Amino acid sequence: MAAGLHPTILMIAPLAPLAGAAIAGLLGTRFLGNRASRVVSCGAAILGVAIALAISIHALLAVTHGANFNGTLYIWMNAAGISMEIGFLIDSLSALMMCVVTSVSLMVHVYTIGYMREDEGYNRFFAYLSLFTFAMLMLVMSNNFLQLFFGWEAVGLISYLLIGFWFDKPSATRAGLKAFLVNRIGDVGFILGIGLLLAYTGSLNFTEIFARRLEIAGLQLPGTDWMVVSAACICLFIGAMAKSAQFPLHVWLPDSMEGPTPISALIHAATMVTAGIFMVSRMSPLFELSDAALSLMLVAGAITTLFMGLAGMVQNDIKRVIAYSTLSQLGYMTVALGASAYQAATFHLMTHAFFKGLLFLAAGSVIIGMHHDQDIRNMGGIRKYMPVTWITALIGILALVGAPFFSGFFSKDSIILAVGHSRIAGSGFAYFAVMASVFVTAFYSFRWFFLVFHGRERFEGGHVQRDEDEPVGKEGHIGLMNGEKPQESPWVMTVPLILLAIPSVIIGFLTMEPLLLGHFFGGVISNADSHQAMHVLAAKLHHGVSSMVFHGFKSPPFIMLLGGAALAWYGYIVNPSWPGRVRQQLPHLHALLENSFYIDRIYDVVFLRAAVRLGRYLWLIIDRRLIDQGLVKGAANITRRTGQVLWGGDRIVIDEWIVNGSTRLVNWFAVRMRQWQTGHLSHYALVMILAMLGFLIYFLPLPFTR
Amino acid sequence: MPLTVSLTHYLILGAILFTISIVGIFVNRKNAIVLLMAIELMLLAVNINFLAFSHYLGDAAGQIFVFFIMTVAAAEAAIGLAILVVLFRNMHSINVEDFDSLKG
Repeated sequence: MAAGLHPTILMIAPLAPLAGAAIAGLLGTRFLGNRASRVVSCGAAILGVAIALAISIHALLAVTHGANFNGTLYIWMNAAGISMEIGFLIDSLSALMMCVVTSVSLMVHVYTIGYMREDEGYNRFFAYLSLFTFAMLMLVMSNNFLQLFFGWEAVGLISYLLIGFWFDKPSATRAGLKAFLVNRIGDVGFILGIGLLLAYTGSLNFTEIFARRLEIAGLQLPGTDWMVVSAACICLFIGAMAKSAQFPLHVWLPDSMEGPTPISALIHAATMVTAGIFMVSRMSPLFELSDAALSLMLVAGAITTLFMGLAGMVQNDIKRVIAYSTLSQLGYMTVALGASAYQAATFHLMTHAFFKGLLFLAAGSVIIGMHHDQDIRNMGGIRKYMPVTWITALIGILALVGAPFFSGFFSKDSIILAVGHSRIAGSGFAYFAVMASVFVTAFYSFRWFFLVFHGRERFEGGHVQRDEDEPVGKEGHIGLMNGEKPQESPWVMTVPLILLAIPSVIIGFLTMEPLLLGHFFGGVISNADSHQAMHVLAAKLHHGVSSMVFHGFKSPPFIMLLGGAALAWYGYIVNPSWPGRVRQQLPHLHALLENSFYIDRIYDVVFLRAAVRLGRYLWLIIDRRLIDQGLVKGAANITRRTGQVLWGGDRIVIDEWIVNGSTRLVNWFAVRMRQWQTGHLSHYALVMILAMLGFLIYFLPLPFTR
Repeated sequence: MPLTVSLTHYLILGAILFTISIVGIFVNRKNAIVLLMAIELMLLAVNINFLAFSHYLGDAAGQIFVFFIMTVAAAEAAIGLAILVVLFRNMHSINVEDFDSLKG
């Protein structure tokens, strides 16, 4: 615990956004008139996040000077020898994450002032945004699994709330529910992993778990030959799989685009979806012990990165393209984790947070300019009308495809390099996938860019009267009126774009040497000697960043990049009729990609319908056949038969005495019982009191019972 | 013999209050507000027992319990009155005789 990192100051970092959320949430929409409460709530929320950003920068600077903090602030409870605590672990990894989270969050807060200006839920939105920042900070700053899990669930909850932000729109509420449910599947794995580690190490604290990792390294699960560490790591990765949207639990992320665009930028691109990557990096000492878990990550990441990129090539919604791109980039990070290059994954996480946040905000700016029309087939030529959005989107695209010198280049090329030198099972396939993905990424990125900003203006197709499902545009309709042109967004939206464009260009150049080659992550992320990817990477890149840029122009990824960009340029600028012809010739392939390999459909059939069918089957068999027909009808039949047999002589006995007699008896009894049922509460209470009195007399050794 | 107030006196007072409240609940045929008042009175009777025992056993826990009971009683009165208001809106009456929709 060196000077400069005081727990009280650290505690303010998450609490300031929480206070902002409380103020924004409690001041509601009606208090002090809508206008005043809007100013108060956005002011409070932005102030809270700004304080958190200042503390994060302070923490990062302190960490670079060798300080760190690891301590418990509050003991929640001690139960059965397990200590449940709230504590912070501030080292290079968490300080870096804090800075990424708070800086992107601050940009998104400012941007929201412009984006949500027309929306009724303005204050609610700010409250959620700040609450999210709080939860995410609690997640990254935690020093134990309990708090990590708390933050993990809290960000999931807020993601649910924000995807379904326009709750009068059925598709949005469905998407929110889907995200929530898919994440529950992952959480089962996550909590099982935590439970396994707790059972074998007896602690939830990261430091204590790492201290005992070698003790559990050789253990096997009772009754099987599975290593405990592998089982725990795979369980943890299943949690990360849902949160970071990896195949096969990725299905919620494209649908999450139903939420407002600032959310897509902050939660579904920059921060929350990277929580899984962060968690695995944090757990690197454990994952290093399990080659099986690493292989699983390599394969899952490789499938995600390639196939989701392919699906992104044919999407027509301006946000869905970027959503598939996010899936693909998260796949890159997972592949890097699997190759044991945690530093490269964290590096890509950081650069991706900036350039993908930028791209989403640029898309949001275009959406506002197009009056909530999101179909890129109705755009084109927007460059003229929205120059700031155009140039910032171009920077974002160049960073995303990994053009040399832009931030994405450094992180993506180091991942490719690391995977190429990995010897973990599955790395061959992963190397092919990440390499092919460079081409795919370049194609869908430039296709998006050309369709939106260049080419012929196609605004006339977009105007439709608003139907119930669509978000409310300014004028109660979506799309531009005939002859109307898009306009550049106000400064509150363009300034965050510019501020995010700057790190998208330079952050890779500035931070690659310390992050990948230096000792910034020393002692925090561990790489086993048998996993050589990171060591080879450090040796290969020892000439420094400028030589990497120089080599970048003749490396294989750059050729793939040029190929993809050229194909997009040919198909969407030079010869715009060509993609349509390809589509007509390969209708099945196109449908396969457009529906994202029908995975949603498969889940629908296999899981949803199966569950419904099982329920219906049980209802049919058990309820209808067994109980209704077997028991009830059978009993009735038996009675009827018996009655028929006895019909002859016993009419008087049965009819008069038993049948009519029993009804008469019931009737007589019921009439008398009815009188007790007065309907007056006081009578019921009187009976109650009398009964209690009776019990008292019966049970208590009072003088008069003896 | 000088008249001193002993534990028995307090207990008798509590018992009297309790009986009054029970009678108030059962004999009352008109006003639902009286019902609420009788319930409050019942709690007060319990409070007096608590206080008396607390004092004579020298244990402060009983007095702390009284605070809890008073808090709950206040909350309960608020909710009870709110229910009454809604009831009145629907039935246009607070006459206990009219509340007999459970009658068989």
